Amino acid sequence: MKTILSVENITKSFYTPIAFKALNDIAFKVQEGEFLCIIGKSGCGKSTMLYILSTMDTDYEGKLYLDNQLLTGLKQDKLARLRNSSIGFVFQFHYLLPEFSCLKNIMIPALKLGKYSREEIEFRAYEKLKLLELEEQALKPASKLSGGQQQRIAIARALINEPKIIMCDEPTGNLDSKNSKIVLDIFKQISKDFNQTIITVTHDNDFAKASDRVIEMQDGKIINHNLIL
Amino acid sequence: MRKFFRKKIHLGVDYEIAFTHISTRKMQTFVAAIAVAIGIAAFIFLNSLVVGFNRSSDESFFKTMPHVRIYIDDELSMPLQKNETNQRTTVIVNPKTTNNSDKLINPEKIVEQLETKDYVLTAAPWLTVNLFYNNGISQLNGSSSGVNIMEANTLFDIKSTMVEGDMNELLSTPNGIILGVGIAENLNVRLNDNISIVSPLGIIKVMKVVGFFKTSNSVVDKTKSYINLSIAQQLMAQGPDYLTDIYIKIKNPSDAPKLISDLEALSGYNAESWQTANESAQASKKTRAVMMGSISFIILIVAAFTIYNIINMTIKQKLHDIAILKAQGFAGKSVVKIFLSEALIIGSLGTIVGMMLGALLINILSKVYIGGDTGYFPIQFEPRIMFLGFLVGLVVTAIAGYIPARSAAKVDPISIFRN
Repeated sequence: MKTILSVENITKSFYTPIAFKALNDIAFKVQEGEFLCIIGKSGCGKSTMLYILSTMDTDYEGKLYLDNQLLTGLKQDKLARLRNSSIGFVFQFHYLLPEFSCLKNIMIPALKLGKYSREEIEFRAYEKLKLLELEEQALKPASKLSGGQQQRIAIARALINEPKIIMCDEPTGNLDSKNSKIVLDIFKQISKDFNQTIITVTHDNDFAKASDRVIEMQDGKIINHNLIL
Repeated sequence: MRKFFRKKIHLGVDYEIAFTHISTRKMQTFVAAIAVAIGIAAFIFLNSLVVGFNRSSDESFFKTMPHVRIYIDDELSMPLQKNETNQRTTVIVNPKTTNNSDKLINPEKIVEQLETKDYVLTAAPWLTVNLFYNNGISQLNGSSSGVNIMEANTLFDIKSTMVEGDMNELLSTPNGIILGVGIAENLNVRLNDNISIVSPLGIIKVMKVVGFFKTSNSVVDKTKSYINLSIAQQLMAQGPDYLTDIYIKIKNPSDAPKLISDLEALSGYNAESWQTANESAQASKKTRAVMMGSISFIILIVAAFTIYNIINMTIKQKLHDIAILKAQGFAGKSVVKIFLSEALIIGSLGTIVGMMLGALLINILSKVYIGGDTGYFPIQFEPRIMFLGFLVGLVVTAIAGYIPARSAAKVDPISIFRN
């Protein structure tokens, strides 16, 4: 087993409205191919944690390594390129670009990366759509799909560049139980079949139960590194 | 359409997003492009108007005045001995204009030397005589230029102003005279009539009218005539080497002030550029340029604000999209590129339409007849101004787009996702 993500003594402080530590000396490691859930009550700092892991938040103390590379202190442009190639995102509110077709939404991160030709990217996007059983929706505008379908498109988009890690913020928070189950099954399949790492922040206990490991947070600290639900 | 679609694909994903934003909000794009078009059309139109006006005023000026005139300036009396010690005061009681001759020494040599310069197109000896025109009892005062008519023609294009008779007759008729049409009318003379002219020295000459010219400047037409140089010299009671002026035509009239010192050194006499001789026209030229310039500038600013507004509004509405793009690895530079190219697409559409609109306005106005000296409205298609309009259009939209685009690049995705 190989460590893909490593967090060393990360502390994050907010100063407004009052000074407090949202994250207090957090440390943990994530293995390659692991399906990890972070749970905890609202305000425990799990979303803050995820934003730091995602490299979008760079204002913290401590060190963050991705695949043994120190990310702390890198320039914004460099981090953007790294996010593009190595990290996929799935958000609670799918956040597709409404003017574009589903296919285009999936293709955009790959076009930005520019590793493959346009034809190849389109082919790969169709592959992902097939994986998520959405190939009939490919050319529809993203805004015309149902919530569950949109979330699956967002997952396809997160997968297109074959990132090492997929980070999700309440991926099932807005979905009914049927769609939640579909999303969960996809995640399991990804981590098993493609050895991609998944880190998810969730409130959903059923979802957490199905994961490889659950980290529980409280008041900016990890209180349990391997919670058994 | 499909072809166009394929083409844009190669521009890269940033441009593709910009194109999609633009094409999904056609109405806003249209309005902003129209604003730019009006601004650019006004810019091109007003500036072409200024250039046209200036050209026509210069042209009417050049009908009677040379680009540069070589002459001897009047001098004030000076002390004979310069006071170099500072211990005594030099007093000149009642200084007066010195009684120097205004005769240029060895004018042929000067003309020859002037013509060796490649910026000099023509240098022509010139002798202007104030005189009275007499026909029976009617008398008019005016001035006559003693010239070599061929040289005078290269300077002032007399041939094109001739309405009756032949300019070249002056070469074969030593006592010939070409009159302005105003003089002919007031003296009631016809072609081949004889009139007498009287110089200030009281010398009378009987001249044969060989032609009439019309410059459309009534003062010139009522006072001016051309005679042979030798007749003018006789009217001044001087010999064939007497000359007071050399008129010079240069390649580029606007260079005249720069060449003055050179020409003065070459000739050894004073040189005066047309700009100096005609300062009030220069001042009104500047006034026109500032006036039209500020009007077109204000219109452009308004157009720029329209672009700024629309890009700003788009960004405000698309904060989520910007956040998601940044999360997926679009750097600040890419975000700037997206919104800046949106501004530039709108701007270049507007600029192209504005150039066409400006050309149309110029075309319409150039067909309006005003009459008088001017004839048709003095405006024409100015390629230089068109090009300038194009540049200004792009620069203005680039600035108007860059300011909001830069703020979009600074959007913090986390603060968007948290809400």
